[in-house]
Parts: sequence; C-alpha cells; structure tokens
Amino acid sequence: MKKSQSITSKLPALAALAVVAAIWCGASEGGFVPAFMLPSPLDVVQALISDAPVLAANAAVTLQEAFWGLGIGIAVAVALATLMHRVRWLYRALYPILVITQTIPTIALAPLLVLWMGFGMAPKITLVALTTFFPIAVSLLEGYASTDRAAADLLRAMGASRRQIFLHLEFPAALSFFFSGLRVSVSYAVVGAVISEWLGGFEGLGVYMTRVNKAYAFDKMFAVIIVIVVISLLLMLLVTALRRLVMPWEAYEKIERND
Amino acid sequence: METEDAVLRAEHITKSYDSRCILKDVSLHLNAGELVCLLGVSGAGKTTLFHALSGLETPEEGRVLLSGEDITGRPGKISYMLQRDLLLPHKKVLDNAALPLVIAGKSKREARAEAAPYFAPFGLSGTEDKYPAQLSGGMRQRAALLRTFLGSKGVVLLDEPFSALDALTKRELHRWYMGMMDQLHLTTLFITHDIDEAILLSDRIYILAGHPGTIAAELTILPPRPRDLSFGLQPEFLDYKRQILSRLEQ
Repeated sequence: MKKSQSITSKLPALAALAVVAAIWCGASEGGFVPAFMLPSPLDVVQALISDAPVLAANAAVTLQEAFWGLGIGIAVAVALATLMHRVRWLYRALYPILVITQTIPTIALAPLLVLWMGFGMAPKITLVALTTFFPIAVSLLEGYASTDRAAADLLRAMGASRRQIFLHLEFPAALSFFFSGLRVSVSYAVVGAVISEWLGGFEGLGVYMTRVNKAYAFDKMFAVIIVIVVISLLLMLLVTALRRLVMPWEAYEKIERND
Repeated sequence: METEDAVLRAEHITKSYDSRCILKDVSLHLNAGELVCLLGVSGAGKTTLFHALSGLETPEEGRVLLSGEDITGRPGKISYMLQRDLLLPHKKVLDNAALPLVIAGKSKREARAEAAPYFAPFGLSGTEDKYPAQLSGGMRQRAALLRTFLGSKGVVLLDEPFSALDALTKRELHRWYMGMMDQLHLTTLFITHDIDEAILLSDRIYILAGHPGTIAAELTILPPRPRDLSFGLQPEFLDYKRQILSRLEQ
C-alpha cells in the first residue's frame, strides 16, 4: 500500500515532465524552432544511442573524478566538523573561513587548479573535494549542535565521558544531517567534475561537452546533459538507499509521525 | 522517622542560577526500600534538586551522601530518569536498556546479556529488537525504567515518571512499579505534581515550596505500603490531600 501511494504521489511530476517533452517535441518537429538551435528530442535519443560507447567511456572518467573527490570531501568534512565540534575555539576560528571559501566561484578556481596541478585528474578531484566538502561539514556541525540537551544530561548522569556522549548520542543524532548534506554534495560532485573538465583535460563528459559544443552538434550536447542528469539522480538515489541501510530506525519514526 | 542507615542523604543544599537562588537549605533523606515523593508546584526547584542529587550540578552549599560516601557533583553514582523517557531513537530497545552498563565499561555483548533477563518481568518481552519509535507510550516508559534500574546500585531518582501517560496506563504502571520496586529492593525518590499519585504511592512526601524552594513539610503516609489502590477512595486519603493542598497554597 505504501508503494502504490508513493507512485501516485509521483504522478503529477511525471505528467509535468511528459508535457514539457511533448511541447519540446512539437516545437522542434513542427518546425517552429530551427533544428540547429533546439534539436528534437528524437534526434537527442538517436545521439544518445549512437554515441553510447563514447559517452560511457567519458562518463567512467568523470565518475572516477567525482568518486575520489567526494571521498576526500567526505573524509575531510567529517574529520574537520568533528574536530570543530569538540574544540570550541577551533570552531570560532574556522567557521567564518569556511563560509568565505564557499563564496569563491568554482569556475574561477578551476583554471588555477589546472595551472597548479596540470591537465590530469588531480585538479578535478581537488575541485570536487572542495565543492562537496562544504555541505557535509556544515550539515554535520548543525547536526552535532542539535543534540538533545536532556539526552546528553541523561548520559552524563550515567557517568558518561565526552567521548561516550559523542559515540552514543551526538554522532548517531547527526547522521540524518550528514545524509542530507551528502545528498547535496553528490550532485555537486558530478557537476564539479564536469566544470573542471571544461577548463582543460583529455577525457571526461566535460571534455566531450566542449568538443561537441565547438562542432555545433547540439543533439549530442543534449545527450551529454541527459547523461549527467541521470548519473546525478542515480547517485542521489544511492544516497537515499544507503541512508535507509545505515539508519533503519528512521522508517519507523516516519510511520509514527504520519499517524 | 529518620534512621541511621539512610541510603541517600542530602544536607543543606543551596543552589542558584545567575545569582537567582533556586534552592535554599534543602535537606532530605531516603531509607532503604522507601518510595518517597517530592511534591511541589512548578518552578519550586524540584528538577534542580534532582540535578544536584544526581551530581549533574554541584550545589554552592551542602552535600549529597550515598551510603555515607560524599557524591556531591559526581555523576554516575545514582540512577536518574529525566522527565522524558529519552530513549535513544537509533538504538534498539535492548541496547537502550543496556546503555548504562555500556557506559560503565561493559562490552556490548555483556551488557545485552545482562539486560535481556529483565525484559519479561518489566513486561517488555518481544521488544528487544524493536526501535523505541515502535513502542507505545507505556512501553517506552517501562523501557526507560528498566534502563534506570540497570544503571542503579539501589537508588533511583525519577522525574515525573508517569506524567506523560493516560489515566489508565498510569494506574497500571503504578501498580506494576510498586510490585517491581519491592522485588528489586529499590529505593525511589520521585517527582510529581499529581497529589493523588503522591499519596497513593509514597511512604513519605516532601513538599518543596516557595522562592527559593525549601522543604515546607514532610508527611508520612499511613497505612504502610503495599496499599490497595482503593485507598484513593478512603477518608484518610482526603485528609492527606487537604493537608497537602493547604501547604502548597501557603
């Protein structure tokens, strides 16, 4: 019953998507918009099929960069947020810097990284790590701070040390915040990798994108965009699945709230 | 009334927050096996007193003795159940109950093995592997009481343990708790603002009143426990209630 409900709740979104696709199809197939400006969805699908091997090879590179960058981003975010939570003066010293770094546009940073690190994977991974790090770090800090004070009192009354309070209360309580941050970061990871590939590199979806762009092959351009969107959505789904696996108790809490 | 072998004794506790005095010269004691109630209007400092007794807060003056040992400002000595059940949502009920044992340094396996046999007497059989969100209010309260018991060395402090429950569940838990307490040789000090509950359950009642809070009266409730719940319909019960009300309204 729950499943059928979730399908009906997604119906409006699917319908809206279908309407947009229909309008697009009508506009380009009907000749209202010239094909070199907006390719028909059918051409895009055709490009998607004919370019599949190339797209897959490039996607593999981009995914690798996203994966390593995200991995480093997560590791640094968890370590730093935890440290900042435990050491108050470090929090006060670093938090403003953390926020300032986020106002630096990624696109401005990418060429610098290429200059420093060359055209290989290193600058891409660094850029992804930089962009994915922030949402996770901030969510985690917020999660740690939102710990129920009464529950902390309870543990202290049991004689718990700070380490034990962190282990049994603060960290598990911050998990849901971590996953919310991770969901955002995962989509940043793919986009971040693509952007850094625009600015120098030999392979990857971003490199392929600039290539087809220069060739005015807009059907292929749209095909790449669709691949990026699908990858991002799949990764977000993966995060949701992981969240269910790691936090099985959440399912019951939601049922309770719906009652 | 006061015997030499009081298990818990608070002497002349004075506590303030932000230079506002909350408790002034509060002394009380608990004899082994007693169920004592701390009754008072809200804001009289009941919870502050519990924080001081449990060692969460250190009073400016006075001390807390557990079987003669000074435990002022030293948490982990008395088991304290705070106002809400505070079961950790991410731990299964068995792990929630066993938490004080884990905090005390036992391994998870040892703690689970020690906690499991109490699930049946606490009416929690079958909930071991569930999450707190899957339990009813009464069940959650029992689980929190089990956790409190497992963390105790005989003395427990309960802050409004039954207040969040509906009337019927409350009655059932009252009866159950009184039986359980004698079986487990517990000594209990509990806070309530429910006068009927206080008279029905307690051996003695301390009334905390005033600003700052002081012990305004100490009452011994007779006949001694175990009392039938029909005691609530007796004239003696109403006498106690009248006495308490007049003290609280002073």
